[in-house]
Amino acid sequence: MPGQWQPPLPAVNSVRLELRALRKSYGGHPVLGGLSLQISPGECYALLGPNGAGKSTTIRAIQGLTPLDGGEVLLDGRPVDEWPGGGRGFMGIVPQSDNLDPDFTVSENLRVYGRYYGLSSRVVQQRMTELLEFVSLQEAAQRPIQALSGGMKRRLTIARALIHQPRLLLLDEPSTGLDPQARHLIWQRLRDLRRQGVTLLLTTHYLEEAERLADRVGIIDHGRLLAEDSPAALIQTHIPGEVLEVRRQDGMPPDPGGWHQGQVAASERAGDTLLLYGPDLSAVRVHFAGDPDVRLLSRQATLEDVFLRLTGRELREEENP
Amino acid sequence: MTAQARWWPGRGAIALLSRNFLVWRKLLVPSLLGNFGDPLLYLLALGYGLGHFVGKMESLPYMTFIASGITASSIMNTATFEGLYSAYTRMSIQQTYAAILATPLEIADILGGELLWCAVKGLISAMAIIVVASGFGAISWRWLFLALPVIFLAGLSFAAIALCFTAIARSYDFFMYYFTLGVTPMFLFCGVFYPIHTLPLPVREIALVLPLTHAVLLLRPLLTGRLPPDAGIHLLVLGGFAFAGYILALRLFRRRLLV
Repeated sequence: MPGQWQPPLPAVNSVRLELRALRKSYGGHPVLGGLSLQISPGECYALLGPNGAGKSTTIRAIQGLTPLDGGEVLLDGRPVDEWPGGGRGFMGIVPQSDNLDPDFTVSENLRVYGRYYGLSSRVVQQRMTELLEFVSLQEAAQRPIQALSGGMKRRLTIARALIHQPRLLLLDEPSTGLDPQARHLIWQRLRDLRRQGVTLLLTTHYLEEAERLADRVGIIDHGRLLAEDSPAALIQTHIPGEVLEVRRQDGMPPDPGGWHQGQVAASERAGDTLLLYGPDLSAVRVHFAGDPDVRLLSRQATLEDVFLRLTGRELREEENP
Repeated sequence: MTAQARWWPGRGAIALLSRNFLVWRKLLVPSLLGNFGDPLLYLLALGYGLGHFVGKMESLPYMTFIASGITASSIMNTATFEGLYSAYTRMSIQQTYAAILATPLEIADILGGELLWCAVKGLISAMAIIVVASGFGAISWRWLFLALPVIFLAGLSFAAIALCFTAIARSYDFFMYYFTLGVTPMFLFCGVFYPIHTLPLPVREIALVLPLTHAVLLLRPLLTGRLPPDAGIHLLVLGGFAFAGYILALRLFRRRLLV
């Protein structure tokens, strides 16, 4: 049963991850502009950013798969390239796009992957049973990869990343493209791992994911940290109070005269919508309610508001270096 | 910060080798059918058909002459195909290398494992031909124990060259360049079907720098019961291709995969 799973493994010895002034550019275009982060042992840290902000490059840099122009990655205070195998022996990686081995079944994938870590087949066999249960794939053990749904593949990728009991789990957009059921199961499992003491670093552009999972959130853009705090504190700091969305039914910009400007703490125009922020917007609401052409949406500020305020609203095209 | 500095494969290469072996075992029957069927067809068609008119070549029955030649060219074809198409599929289509690079394995381990696997496949295909040709009495087993390491070395050199092309390929179509400009000329001009001294001098000189020539010059005597003259030079050439190909392929794979 999901949620009642008991950790079969002893709590792991957590690891501290530190990124110091990482710099990297592709063809003169900077992707990491001196990114520094500190992630405490056992912490769940979410890296938020629009496409091309440098999230995936950061994950690759931690694994030593990207030659950096500057800076260093440290595990427990020691540079990764001084650890045997680049420290990857105690990192688990869940990549953005599934790269399960299509030549094998579910259980063969785990068995073969265990060998890359030098694990004996006896150890792999035992962990495999536990891990398949952990990600609710016991029934699918003998199925070929092609027969799995997207959510099952992602769960298997997570199980695969745990085969060597990593102390640090790196997840690059772990729930992108999954249905809500699959997403919630994965979140549940990531919280289980965090309770066990695994240090988690995940990248996402699902703000909800970051809000639900992360102890701390770092918002990055152009490879630099724009803000960093707990989700609640970020909202508190950047969006004081409530949000009012004002839209006109005819699609014209609402309040063209700018009456609202003296009434609110901050405001923003995004296409046909006027976003108003302030500790108390009741007077503004009353003012606009008199206009039959105007639709109002009053809501709590979310991490998404913070994200959009900090990274802007222009579209980002997918970039794959 | 440098990423991945190791130049030589470690134990991880064996993990990749065993991965490839497990996949091969799943498709054992069709794979072995190809290994045994193709040489049988060649030996029947060329050994009997053409051999009827040729009679003897270099004082060997044509069937015997061609059996050792086809053994050598089959190592080339098998190791090359595995190093091009199969390795490219693993690297690019299946993203197997990306998954492996998340583990402590490095590119040197992946490359080492692929080289070993290509050479093993070359050895399997050569053994299949040797078995089939022995049925025609066209192989002497006297120096077979010396031929086997030579077959393995030849497999390594053809694989190392192929993996250089794989490391820079953007699609399967790219491999046609190497086939048309490398593999097919070697198949036709390196002594598989006739001795290279019958070629005009400039062509013979080109043939002498190609690895298949040296594989043939080693394997034809060894598989017909004689010890090859100038074995040291031929081994050096094959070893040189394997070594230089490995170093170049490692640099090219690093440039491609560590970005």
